[in-house]
Amino acid sequence: MPESEQLLALYREMLIIRYTEEQLARSHQMGLIHGACHTYVGEEAIATGVCAHLRPDDAVFSTHRGHGHALAKGVSPHEVIAELFGRSTGCSEGRGGSMHLFKPEVGMMGTSGIVGPCILQATGAGYSFKLLKSDQIGVAFFGDGAVNNGAFHEGLNLASIWKLPTLFVCENNMYATEVPFAYSAGNPHVGNRGPAYGMESVTVDGNDVLAVCEAAGEAVQRARGGEGPTLIECRTYRTRAHAEGMRDAGYRTPEEVEAWKARDPITRYNGWLLENEEAGPETLAAIEAEVKEMVADAEEFARNSPWPEADTVSEHVFSQR
Amino acid sequence: MRELTFVEATLEALDSAMARDPSIFVVGEGIGERGGNFNTTVGLYDKYGPERLCDTPISERGFVGMCAGAAMTGTRPVVDFMFFDFILDAFGELVNQIAKMQYMSSGRLKMPILLRGAIGIGHSAATHHSGSYYPIFAHLPGFRVVVPSVPSDAKGLFATALQSDDPVLFLEHKSLLFNRGEVPEGEYTIPFGQARVAREGTDCTLVAIGSMVDKTLAACERLAEEGISCEVIDPRTIAPLDMETVLASVHKTGRLLIVDETFQPCGVGAEISAQVIDRGFDDLDAPIRRLNGAHVPTPYSPTLEEAIVPEAAEIEQSIRDLLAE
Ligand SMILES: Cc1ncc(C[n+]2csc(CCOP(=O)(O)OP(=O)(O)O)c2C)c(N)n1
Ligand SMILES: [Mg+2]
Repeated sequence: MPESEQLLALYREMLIIRYTEEQLARSHQMGLIHGACHTYVGEEAIATGVCAHLRPDDAVFSTHRGHGHALAKGVSPHEVIAELFGRSTGCSEGRGGSMHLFKPEVGMMGTSGIVGPCILQATGAGYSFKLLKSDQIGVAFFGDGAVNNGAFHEGLNLASIWKLPTLFVCENNMYATEVPFAYSAGNPHVGNRGPAYGMESVTVDGNDVLAVCEAAGEAVQRARGGEGPTLIECRTYRTRAHAEGMRDAGYRTPEEVEAWKARDPITRYNGWLLENEEAGPETLAAIEAEVKEMVADAEEFARNSPWPEADTVSEHVFSQR
Repeated sequence: MRELTFVEATLEALDSAMARDPSIFVVGEGIGERGGNFNTTVGLYDKYGPERLCDTPISERGFVGMCAGAAMTGTRPVVDFMFFDFILDAFGELVNQIAKMQYMSSGRLKMPILLRGAIGIGHSAATHHSGSYYPIFAHLPGFRVVVPSVPSDAKGLFATALQSDDPVLFLEHKSLLFNRGEVPEGEYTIPFGQARVAREGTDCTLVAIGSMVDKTLAACERLAEEGISCEVIDPRTIAPLDMETVLASVHKTGRLLIVDETFQPCGVGAEISAQVIDRGFDDLDAPIRRLNGAHVPTPYSPTLEEAIVPEAAEIEQSIRDLLAE
């Protein structure tokens, strides 16, 4: 069980993600975000619980739904929102947008517009760290959709045969866009696939930040200790549409969405903190107010930030050494 | 004549071909009940059912390789990638298997597979959702590469693709998909390798591809007000490439500019230039010019994105420069 201070840090981190995502959704509706925007609302406990164990020099590789991973890994809401606004102050200087968020300085090795590569790249980070005899680790976050991609099979097998320090974190939210995992996977369980690769694996409630935190803690310890990779399946749900502005009907029932909203990871954790007297309502309210203000400030910062200069467009195709 | 979008036009061609030929089936992500991310298969699931409108997992290499096997054994797969960028995960299957199968089997096997997807830069789609890549495929023996610029061509070329025994890449620019244009009723085909002269003129020849055709026509419209007469050729298919129409036009005008959103190095413009120099050198009154998108991965921010795509004003300036040579 984490210390009191860490317990509150988890709460704060989830709120940073939630409020940032809600801000991005509003900004998208207002036309301030020009490209795609896949929010992480409902899944905050996963990035929060895993990244709680990571150091800035651990390497995270993410997906198209990656704002939460970036924020939990230490990219500020200012840099994330500015990036989605296409401004030069964004974490990718406006070159990337939502699906190309990079901040290697804190180990955020990129969100991705292509499903799958994060699994292989996190495997490669594991290879580097093993070769360098460092205790850093590589972490891949990916959706249930990626589990059916060849990259999953190949990445997990490679990490297993070489006992690489890599975490494979599957965010199983039951759908890939509108396609149910139950339709697209012959084996509808992800967490029981580890043994097929000779790898530890575990399934957790992805809407329970403490459960995620505990499972990730064990996996991180295993990886840092040279005992090889772990596959963690986090059962969760996205409560907004696949992407902002997309229809969200016809493939799942309103009842299902409501049932999962009732299991909201933040509300649940708020209740847990109060019930177990880890924090009083004033403490939690103060955290909420502080994060709200930070995100509002971040939005203002992003909105007032300059656009990238057109004449910089050809920079960074190659190294500038 | 009635007007349809690109998407409606190809859907009409697909629907009538599927009604006639039970060996045609479509695979892709969200192409079943959902009707496709870009509405490319709307209504077909209800008509033809889940076996012929097959929703796939996110397994591009898997389903492309699978469709190669299907095409070798009596069916006609249509692979719908939504964004063409996703085809790259299947590159090995395409280059080593699909493109070469007929040759390797000394013509005894056919490879009737149609691969379609949305290409091109726009709407801050950023670099994993903006690729075109057709010069890469045109470089390889064995592929037919189609890049239509108006809905009526899209319908006729798609119908041809559905009857072809060769692998066909059918690539539509995202910014065109929901543009309307006149489209004839009923079934018709347009042969591959036959360019369309989109505008006749005498002062210079412009070859424009895909989304560049409309922009080039807009530039010509402005120049026409000053009495400058430009001819615009839309090749429609990059492989095979109709060089006869280009050569005949250059013979008339003596000047050539190629306008293409994709990268310049080793691109379609380079190929056209080389062939014109080879076969029409004496017709040229000026150096051949190319206008392309910048040779960079596609940036996200609108200010950067705008900077890399040729616009009508830039095309107009390039034509003026060419005429001043
Ligand atoms: C290789 C590839 N194929 C298809 C897509 C289009 N696509 C984007 S997100 C998505 C669904 C992903 O589902 P999942 O992995 O479960 O993540 P979720 O959106 O549920 O978080 C698809 C098919 C893509 N980005 N990359
Ligand atoms: Mg999913």
